[in-house]
Amino acid sequence: MSDVKISGVGLHPFGRFEGVTGTDMGVVAVRAALAEAGIGIRQVQAAFCGTAYGGVAAGHRVVGALAGTGIPIYDVEAGCASGGAALQLGAASIASGQHDRVLVFGIEKMPKGVIRSSFFAPWQEAAGLSPAPAYFALRAQRLLLETDLTPEHLAQVVVKNRRHGVANPDAMFQKAVTVEEVLAARMICEPLTLFMLCSPNEGAAAVVLERDGDGITLAGISLRSHLPGSVLGEDSPLCGIDDTTITPPTTLAAEEAYAQAGLGPSDVDVVECQDTDAGREVLAWAELGLCPVGEQARILEDGSALVGGTLPINPSGGLLSKGEPLGASALGQVVEIVRQLRGTAGARQVEGATVGLAHVIGRGANACVTVLVR
Amino acid sequence: MPLSPIDPSVLRVDDEGITLLGGWSPTSRQRHFPRSPVCPYTGADDVEPIDLPRGGTVWLHTSVKLPPPGYGGPVPYQFGVVELDGEPLLRIIARLAGEGVAPGTRVELIGEELPGPDGEPVVTWSFQP
Repeated sequence: MSDVKISGVGLHPFGRFEGVTGTDMGVVAVRAALAEAGIGIRQVQAAFCGTAYGGVAAGHRVVGALAGTGIPIYDVEAGCASGGAALQLGAASIASGQHDRVLVFGIEKMPKGVIRSSFFAPWQEAAGLSPAPAYFALRAQRLLLETDLTPEHLAQVVVKNRRHGVANPDAMFQKAVTVEEVLAARMICEPLTLFMLCSPNEGAAAVVLERDGDGITLAGISLRSHLPGSVLGEDSPLCGIDDTTITPPTTLAAEEAYAQAGLGPSDVDVVECQDTDAGREVLAWAELGLCPVGEQARILEDGSALVGGTLPINPSGGLLSKGEPLGASALGQVVEIVRQLRGTAGARQVEGATVGLAHVIGRGANACVTVLVR
Repeated sequence: MPLSPIDPSVLRVDDEGITLLGGWSPTSRQRHFPRSPVCPYTGADDVEPIDLPRGGTVWLHTSVKLPPPGYGGPVPYQFGVVELDGEPLLRIIARLAGEGVAPGTRVELIGEELPGPDGEPVVTWSFQP
């Protein structure tokens, strides 16, 4: 993928925006990305839109709000990895020679309250088997049972990301928190308190991809899902909790993305990874090969994942600060990594970063890993 | 007239009480739940219906305090993963009855009445110490 370049990025802040539609937010992000690339909507040959709750032809509404183009527009859903899936398809359309310049964006305006997912059958919902935060909590419980991590360590993940979020004007929460405040917050599902879970919300992000040029190189990207095994198959609610006998999808995607880029985990200077909850982030560190299993406690204690540390993780503040608009979150990470590699990330800049990695995982156990190089 | 099971493909209700309906694939030698047309581990299409053991051990545990969408029963409730008795290992997601169901606790399957998808009462299941 060394010939695929990112020539422009744009963002609509993540948060809650009364009276602003998903289309409105998409237009803001797309306009910003096109402006950076120095082109108009008529100069792109295809558009790829990630969204989970955007409805029919969500991408068409955004592109159509800018101009009638006649270009192919693909609406892509892959749960929390929807934006990553759109980026993967967009990059492949350039790498294959089909297109020279495409637009990739993600939009979301999540319903308020506990997320309802058509993933579960009505009987599973009625039986009380569909509470999403409880699944995250069970995975976190396993982490606490099997490693030396404690609830205090989970709180430290939140403290780190919220501290980063203070420097991100596009984040939903821009206020630092303490370990004590995180642990004292309302318990949602043991061991996860309210502050340890990201907020579903609204936002949009966009990138322009081109063949060649002098932008940031999209060096590797891979989208993978769960292997069969003790996860009991894709239709099982156990998916992701019991992955003791299989390679997790994040690792599958990471290995492919590293191989495409000709790089390894030790080459990475800055990371944006999925922090749906505090436990999910430290699982990702190991699954991405960034540290051995069991090293997470030490990393949290010595601060090496903070901006200024040896491997800053989630300098944007992560989803714990930004919130998670499903279709936009993966591309929001890519926008952050591009800014880090350009050296334009302001107060949260990781000095001298040349290789960045973005990672999402969610429903379907879709995982997407993107490697970007300056 | 006993209440209906929440889904007849998942649960049987009769004079013996309630039974979880699983699947067994002789070629992959794996049990699974709920029963699937093919073995979720290998894709083998020789799945045979089996009745699952009523006893098990809690592996992981949390609780649910806000009612998830589509659920009309009481909150809070206990929630976790139970390792059912027998071989090979089979872990299932389940509601847990009672308080403080710590990992390692022995539990037994019990029937429980909850509002079904259309609001009418149905029989579902839980595990209690």
